[in-house]
Amino acid sequence: MIHSKDENKMALPLIEIKNLSFSIARKRILDSISFTIDAGEYLSIIGPNGAGKSTLLKCLMRIYPVETGMIHFRGVLIQKFSQKALAREICYVPQSDGRFFPFTVEEFILLGRYPYLSPFTSVRQTDKAAVHQALTLTQTSHLAKRQINTLSGGEKQIVFIAAALAQGSPILLLDEPTTFLDPKHESEIYRILRKLNQQLKMTIIVVTHNINQAALQSDRLIILKNGQLTFCGPASQIMTNDILAPAYDMNFRFMSHPTTGQTVIAPEVIHDAP
Amino acid sequence: MTRLRKAMILFGLLLVTLLVLVLAPFFGMEIITPEMLFQPAEKLLKVNIFWKIRLPRVLTAFCAGAALALSGLAFQAMFRNPLATPFTLGVSSGAALGAVFFIKLGIAISFFGVAGQSVSAFLGALFAVLIVYGLTHVKSGFSTATLLLAGVAVNFFCSSFILFVQYLSDFTHSFQIIRWLMGGFEIVGYQPLMTLVPLFFIGSLIIFWLTHELNLLVLGEDIALSRGVNVRKIKTVLFLATSLMVGSVVAVCGPIGFIGMMTPHICRLLLGADHRFLTPATFLFGGSFLVFCDTLARTLIAPAEIPVGVITALLGGPFFLWLLLSSSSEQTLSV
Repeated sequence: MIHSKDENKMALPLIEIKNLSFSIARKRILDSISFTIDAGEYLSIIGPNGAGKSTLLKCLMRIYPVETGMIHFRGVLIQKFSQKALAREICYVPQSDGRFFPFTVEEFILLGRYPYLSPFTSVRQTDKAAVHQALTLTQTSHLAKRQINTLSGGEKQIVFIAAALAQGSPILLLDEPTTFLDPKHESEIYRILRKLNQQLKMTIIVVTHNINQAALQSDRLIILKNGQLTFCGPASQIMTNDILAPAYDMNFRFMSHPTTGQTVIAPEVIHDAP
Repeated sequence: MTRLRKAMILFGLLLVTLLVLVLAPFFGMEIITPEMLFQPAEKLLKVNIFWKIRLPRVLTAFCAGAALALSGLAFQAMFRNPLATPFTLGVSSGAALGAVFFIKLGIAISFFGVAGQSVSAFLGALFAVLIVYGLTHVKSGFSTATLLLAGVAVNFFCSSFILFVQYLSDFTHSFQIIRWLMGGFEIVGYQPLMTLVPLFFIGSLIIFWLTHELNLLVLGEDIALSRGVNVRKIKTVLFLATSLMVGSVVAVCGPIGFIGMMTPHICRLLLGADHRFLTPATFLFGGSFLVFCDTLARTLIAPAEIPVGVITALLGGPFFLWLLLSSSSEQTLSV
């Protein structure tokens, strides 16, 4: 299901974003952003609300057209891809917004096979296999016949990841996949992402507010604030107030995780003024 | 629901459609029996009624019903809104305005053998489409909300204009206008059918061609895009195809509102939301349902006729309410 990497193109970064700017209704959402992503990398994007994180993902998925600047995939401009060709490169899990889906889990995941279908074709064996693999990878086979709208928030989010996986693209974008989820489902989702990254060598780009998880399992982190890239580097470097405090306009406390020994953060308690 | 069950429901719908199409022409003010068709000499009049009046009428009603139902299906998927039909976009109002102008002016002209009223209704529909399409094009992006609002605006404008024309008209014209707005199939011969068929064929083929895309549009534009659907292009194609289809239907038989809104919902309840099954079902059900309603229109108070738009609304309204009460309303109302 995952494409083998083309050895000749390994020298090129998988994704190169150069001076990307984007505005909605004359408000600058992204401001001259540049960075690269390598194949097989796990990248987390953090930053306060309204920083432009989701917009950046939508530009990568071409849900928003690139206005200023450039995005290259394997050295090819994003505009050169047809929408289907782009979908074979990247899959996307949007923010959950409670919209209604009138399909069963299986039907919904099968829709992920669209980039490989032509009109009037029925489902082929490869499509069925891809759906089966996506269900197995996310351990959701038991939900296959359920209506999406009868699922819990956590199950729904995992099914969304399964649907993106059925697309068979080597790059997975996720927009706040664990918002509104309980700790169990949240860690389940992070476990799945780790598995996809480590075993299947998928490139994962995830927008999240969970700084601890982001620091724990990403290779690299970027921080956005007011549409600008304020940090881009190894996850291990962000656990200081030098970097996090200006990003969120608040101080954090740092401590060691009691079992793993890794640095974790807790927000400084803000007291009301007397 | 298994694929087998869905296939069986579709097959059932196909049988019902064939049955309706075969039986309907025999009913009317006077019942024609099959034997009469094979007694040429003395029954010539009835043979003529069968072949030259009833059969074209039944076929026209089928095409109109199928076209309106498919258009409704496509619009509901595109706008992810159960109330979205081509009528919401003001296409039918535009067509009605065109026809009303023609009735008021009372010019007896024809263009290439097509009745003037058809041409002006069709031009009205096209006019509405171009306005809505133009408005959404002026603003960048092609958002559903903009499109719907533009449609509502065009609708209001055309409806007000129709009222104005009606206010200025004498009694005869005013009655003609009201009668036409009720919708009906008082046609003779194959000419109206011939004006309808080309656009009906193209429009239906496009919608059958795009069933995968319709499935994905139901999920929302962002997901459809991320799955590889060229949303803007597909929407433009669907929008133009359905608008032309509806324009030609309204031109021939006036605005008939119920079919486009309710038929897709009824089929969704029967078959679920997968457009690969939903599209043929909506096509068959919409067509045969309008033929059925038109047969009622011709026979219930014969020799007079009831406008078919009145029948569809009278039958459809209570049926839809029953559906709402008998199953989960969420399933009924959501695309």
